[in-house]
Amino acid sequence: MAMIENRRKKSLIALTMVTPFVVTFSVFFLYPMLDMIRISFTDAPLVGAGHWVGFDNYLKLFGDRLFTLSLKNNAYFVALTVIPTTVIALLIALAINRLSGFRQTFVMSLFFMPYVLPVSVVTELWAWMLDLQFGVLQPVIALFTGKPVAVFKNPYWVMPMVAVVTIWWTNGFNVLLFIAGLRNIPSELYEAASLDGATTWQKFSRVTWPLLWPVTALVLTLQLILQLKIFDQIYLLSGGGPFNSSYVLLLKVYREAFQSNNGGYASAVATVLFLLIVVISVLQFQLLRIRRAS
Amino acid sequence: MSPMRRLENIVLTVLTLMAALVWIFPLYWGFLTSIRSEENAAGSVSILPDEFQLKAYLDAIFNTKLMLWYVNSIGTATIVTVLVILISMLCAYALSQIRFPGRRLLYGLVLGSFMVPGQTLVVTQFILMKDLNLINTWAGIILPQLIAPIVIIVYKQFFDGVPKEMREAVVLDGGGEYTILFKVFLPLNWGITTAMSIVTFIGVWNAFFWPFLVVTSEDMMTVPVGITQVNDAFGIHYARLMAVAMLAAMPVILAYVIFQRRVTDAIMISSGVKG
Repeated sequence: MAMIENRRKKSLIALTMVTPFVVTFSVFFLYPMLDMIRISFTDAPLVGAGHWVGFDNYLKLFGDRLFTLSLKNNAYFVALTVIPTTVIALLIALAINRLSGFRQTFVMSLFFMPYVLPVSVVTELWAWMLDLQFGVLQPVIALFTGKPVAVFKNPYWVMPMVAVVTIWWTNGFNVLLFIAGLRNIPSELYEAASLDGATTWQKFSRVTWPLLWPVTALVLTLQLILQLKIFDQIYLLSGGGPFNSSYVLLLKVYREAFQSNNGGYASAVATVLFLLIVVISVLQFQLLRIRRAS
Repeated sequence: MSPMRRLENIVLTVLTLMAALVWIFPLYWGFLTSIRSEENAAGSVSILPDEFQLKAYLDAIFNTKLMLWYVNSIGTATIVTVLVILISMLCAYALSQIRFPGRRLLYGLVLGSFMVPGQTLVVTQFILMKDLNLINTWAGIILPQLIAPIVIIVYKQFFDGVPKEMREAVVLDGGGEYTILFKVFLPLNWGITTAMSIVTFIGVWNAFFWPFLVVTSEDMMTVPVGITQVNDAFGIHYARLMAVAMLAAMPVILAYVIFQRRVTDAIMISSGVKG
């Protein structure tokens, strides 16, 4: 009897502890999530009720050229960022890992610093450096093209340059993960390799790379998910232009909802992006589980 | 070490250092522009400091709404940080130490929500805030940012590692679960609490998308959203623009420089590459 009493009391205490999270989570996360799916089947404006339209919004997506263009641009942006940032971060981590003491801390902090900046500071720094008239980087661009280029107003330059800005901003995070991964490799393995007369390249390809692969896979998938959600930098640097050449899905959601007042249609676009990312996350989670199990 | 290897070592170190300096150049260039006069800022391409004046900073402080945005940012970021830590710590403690019905389901939800991209929910979150009359308020900025499943996961991981004997000592003295949490588990995990607080604060300070949507009145904007307005309102004043950017970045740069180890530890731990 006392046992059951005790159990009940414990459960009550647990309830008081989890309630703050459960309530905020339900109201500001779970409910908006379900509401997004519900609204995506209606013709609701941003504020106010709408009518049930079934799959109309989703069918409309197929014919919406701006939607398919956004999808393509998202894929293009992923291609421009994910693998390049992973390679650059790995190289930087290897370079930092060679150093020690104050030198290591100092170099690490320089590479990591951009990651703690607000996105609008990052975009303003780069917009200023790439300013058509006074930008300090324009002479560098002119070396290749012969004349200055308004990079964020040029359909060929805009996505690669947003990718450069993004890599500069977020790369420190990946460097950090690689450094943690490198530190986890037992030094005995390198000593053994040295005794066997392994070259630097052999040490990398036979020891570092295979043991670092779990971290590499983590960086790749985290970046894939992150870059699919691109909005801030595009909005601030190019606004989706020129000629929609940098239009992406989240920008489409924003424009449909907050500028065209199509809450239902915006929710349908958001649901597609949502599902895309959830599927990738679940796949990633399963992959990690399989790897841990084996 | 052979002379050849030693030379290789020096060359690699110098190259690394140079790469790091090139990497930080954008920030350095922004700072350099901010301490120049407006006339000089636009034309000068000298990468060395050629003048030092704080006119642009004074201009930024007195002729923009930056200070107001600072108040909004410090206020909302502090409140979010304190609440996130408290809410997550309580939830993680219950998940880790108390057996109660629904525990597995709740932990499943926490892990599951970790995979859900919050940015895609902004449309309905906005509608909800509109219904609650919270557009252009601190509460509107704060509330959706309180959900931080990663903080729960990290706390749970740390609480799981606390030896059983520690709690039994308190139970023998007649202490309840809250006593155990605040007298034993919290002091034992100060390190992770500080680390998670700092990265939460930096994250909230930097948040752009949500504050940008939920605030339309210039007076209620946070720093990262507000500074994009300076650009529009004043046109091309590069020195002032960069001074504003430097002031916007200062709190997070300071937080990082002061608590460097804590920041990097928190990031390594929450991405699971370090236990």
